[in-house]
Amino acid sequence: MPLVNMTVNGRPVAREVEANTLLVLFLRETLRLTGTHVGCDTTQCGACVVHVNGRAVKSCTTLALSCEDAEVVTIEGLSDGEALHPMQAAFREHHGLQCGYCTPGMIMSAVGMVRRLGTDLDRDTIRDELEGNICRCTGYQNIVEAIRAGALAMADRPDA
Amino acid sequence: MYPFDYHRCASAEEAKALLAELGDGRLLAGGQSLLPMMKLRFVMTGNVIDLRDCEELRGIDIGSGAVTIGAMTRHVDVASSKELATALPVLAELAGGIGDPLVRAQGTMGGSIANNDPAADYPAACLGLGATILTTAGEIAADDFFLGVFETALAEGELVTGVRYPVPAAAAYMKFRHPASRFALAGVFVARAMDGLRIAVTGAGSQGVFRWHEAEAALTADFAPEALDGAELDTSDLNSDIHADADYRGHLVRVMAARAVRKILAANR
Repeated sequence: MPLVNMTVNGRPVAREVEANTLLVLFLRETLRLTGTHVGCDTTQCGACVVHVNGRAVKSCTTLALSCEDAEVVTIEGLSDGEALHPMQAAFREHHGLQCGYCTPGMIMSAVGMVRRLGTDLDRDTIRDELEGNICRCTGYQNIVEAIRAGALAMADRPDA
Repeated sequence: MYPFDYHRCASAEEAKALLAELGDGRLLAGGQSLLPMMKLRFVMTGNVIDLRDCEELRGIDIGSGAVTIGAMTRHVDVASSKELATALPVLAELAGGIGDPLVRAQGTMGGSIANNDPAADYPAACLGLGATILTTAGEIAADDFFLGVFETALAEGELVTGVRYPVPAAAAYMKFRHPASRFALAGVFVARAMDGLRIAVTGAGSQGVFRWHEAEAALTADFAPEALDGAELDTSDLNSDIHADADYRGHLVRVMAARAVRKILAANR
């Protein structure tokens, strides 16, 4: 089996994988990082969003081997120890989740959004940008509020 | 996915040579169409050749009268290019409407064109602007490139390396998106090019992207949305499926074309 090397949440990892292993399964089943979810498995729902070299992408539509030498960040890598990332804190504060299944993907998309578009996001932009993330509880109102607040909070945390 | 062997190439020439050596292989650009099709087992291959290290195939070059974009340029980079927003804004807008932000972070222009999905956006831009497809074997005019559903004029082992888009006097692209897949149920690209008016339709035709010649003639005579009312559109050549039947798609084509014309007129006012 081919060997893949990548950095996941700041930690170097090297594992043998079948060539057809998707990044999401590599994260969940090989590394046991089960915070990244599989929702639709058809590139639509966004429950599997992680960052690869700083870009928010769908890990169900990425080969693990394509991430050779890449920097991968999952929801587990966002917080600073016990201290939640500002976007995570905003989701908790604003009730940005109901069942919670889509939440890791929502938060990783939201952080990607802030990095591309800045910390002052209006609600229309947030809704447009959430096109690739589906919440089956349909709790979008508070997700949008959480992202708006989380983005503003990130302005005070340039390292986040 | 069926099992396959994975390879990685750093240039188009290297990929071409490897493809010839292996005999059986598929090129992986951004993977946003190929991987879903492989997961559904619509595509089976013994070898996947990953092009993501082909940095030479990325980039946007603004020339005089034309814009050249490398095949491996991602949708997000086309959509957010400040130079392109000035030189050829219609293309930046089109790229910004493909899929969703996460798909745009990986999907590439060349992948979209080589795949020629009958509802993809880039084929409409190529055909609408009268672009030239650059390949490892030479150049192919967009008019000769898109042959049918997932079919192109690319020969066995030939790779798309980029596309050269002539800059039109004015252009607009309007699409009616399927709300889940974000592919076009009908997308219409209207361009007032130097050598005449061109209209390309994606998402609606049973043979993929096509030029709507009747509407080109109608708008050449009178560039106004009402002129489209008299333009014939043969709905027997349009797709019917659970999302929209041929008559409804025909209606959407007219509505999207009229919106594109209005957008051009409003911009030039």
